Amino acid sequence: MDEQLSTITSVLQERFGVVPSEFRGDASLVVLPETIVNVCQVLRDEFEFEMLVEETAVDYWPEETPRFHLVYGIRSIKNKRFLMLRVHLNGNSPSIMSIETIYANANWFERELWDMFGIRFEGHSDLRRIIMPNDWEGHPLRKNYPLGYEEVQFSFNFKEIDDRKPFAVE
Amino acid sequence: MENSSQPSPTTLDVSFDEIKHLVSQRAIDGETVLLNMGPQHPSTHGVLRLLLELDGETVINCIPDIGFLHTGIEKNMEAKTYIKAEVMSDRIDYMNTVGNNLAYCLAIEKLAELDVPPRAQAIRVLLVELQRISSHLVWLGTHALDLAAMSVFLYCFREREMILDILEMCAGQRMMTTYIRPGGLWRDVPVEFEAAVRQFISIFPKRIDEYETLLTKNPIFIERTRDIGFLSPQDALKWGVTGPPLRAAGIALDLRKAHPYSGYEQYDFDVPTHTKSDTYARYLVRMEEMRQSLRIVQQCLDKLPYGPVRSNNRKYVPPPRSELSTSMEAVIHHFKLWTEGFSPQKGSIYSAVESPRGELGVYLESDGGPNPYRIHWRTPSFTNLQILPLLSKGVFVADLVALIGTIDIVLGDVDR
Repeated sequence: MDEQLSTITSVLQERFGVVPSEFRGDASLVVLPETIVNVCQVLRDEFEFEMLVEETAVDYWPEETPRFHLVYGIRSIKNKRFLMLRVHLNGNSPSIMSIETIYANANWFERELWDMFGIRFEGHSDLRRIIMPNDWEGHPLRKNYPLGYEEVQFSFNFKEIDDRKPFAVE
Repeated sequence: MENSSQPSPTTLDVSFDEIKHLVSQRAIDGETVLLNMGPQHPSTHGVLRLLLELDGETVINCIPDIGFLHTGIEKNMEAKTYIKAEVMSDRIDYMNTVGNNLAYCLAIEKLAELDVPPRAQAIRVLLVELQRISSHLVWLGTHALDLAAMSVFLYCFREREMILDILEMCAGQRMMTTYIRPGGLWRDVPVEFEAAVRQFISIFPKRIDEYETLLTKNPIFIERTRDIGFLSPQDALKWGVTGPPLRAAGIALDLRKAHPYSGYEQYDFDVPTHTKSDTYARYLVRMEEMRQSLRIVQQCLDKLPYGPVRSNNRKYVPPPRSELSTSMEAVIHHFKLWTEGFSPQKGSIYSAVESPRGELGVYLESDGGPNPYRIHWRTPSFTNLQILPLLSKGVFVADLVALIGTIDIVLGDVDR
């Protein structure tokens, strides 16, 4: 961790209580869910992180505290720097403030997270499903969502499995 | 439909209330027309669907609807070993298959701290740059085709075929190569490779000039592209735009220069930028990028080091076939790798490469097991497509086609 980065982390530690860590040369900060908007604002306005490049989530089911980690990746073009923020979210239907007002492209990232993980973003301008069809049930990237294999039919249970297979109806 | 205050739900497939906040009051009053474009539309470059709000022929608003090409790649990768999951990375951005393999393998190598021999790195860079040229050729051909210049398309695909032949020579596959593997390459390049690339290098500069004579000073092309789709540098940063659209806005972010990977720091090349930031500027930037890529290819080939193309770390890279008949350890490693796969240390990393469309990032998390616990593809098309509503305010429908072309989306890359 170089000098500038340690300045950033110490400022954020003091103001928002973030917890820094480092893995394979990349710095990441664990941020409290309620401070995420302010942390992003400070990083953008005071430390020149101009761009949000990544926003995703990880599901740790059956763990519930925390069940999800939100991962933000922000880049400073001017200082050639990349920083990861992690937020721990508890519970099966968590919600967090949207950072759309700070980084506009969070809009689609957060729609995707809602669609795929069922994480709600408060204050989001357009929280609809983005990739799955509008009437889809469930959130596919959750770990307790089945991948969906074809059941193998043998002669003794052919009919039984055939009966519960979904077929297209006229 | 447009005169009633509530268009019928069957024509929109979502209820009107759900998208009410995205259209203007005039659409609700029935003054403007809501029109569906795509997903089966030749100029949407795949299966992009747009809901347009039109006043006459002017676009008031455009609402992209994506997901028609979603194949659940991230979910499927979680259920496969690292080695098996790689074949799906080709299918994400099918115009930049080698680049996707590179992004995936770099992520694994970063997570597992795996070394890559210099020869493999040079061949990787060479192939990725050739792929960048081929991807830009498809972009140029289809972009020109959208703007009614048919012959450019045919010329572009002629040269692209030469590149695909080179890939086939190396990998046995024209498009879905899976040639780059964790720890190196699948195998070394064949003997004919160098001659084929040299032939391409000797032919291609003249061919770029040929495309430029067809388009750069063509009054019809200029009329259709200049001052269309202006994107300010502030907006580009705010919306996280990367790749040629960002560089055409005057911000020289190129990950090959800013955060070099695979030995890009050894090669001498420029990052073309422009300040006008319209469709024409983005065209010029991409044309110059092809020339710069060719420079890198030339340097790679001239300096191509000799040596192995796969790491010697047997815990991650399968042993060569010759060892299998003489070494017991080789047999064990081979068996372990092809049945169980390798298990990197627990942890998460983000690694990014510069794809022809912008920043292609892979977020990879391992729980210490043989499957990726979570993999997220941060694809450039997904982020860049978000600026379409911003760019298309107040343009004609015909110009919207130029704007879809200028962002250079690949729908496989958007939907994953």
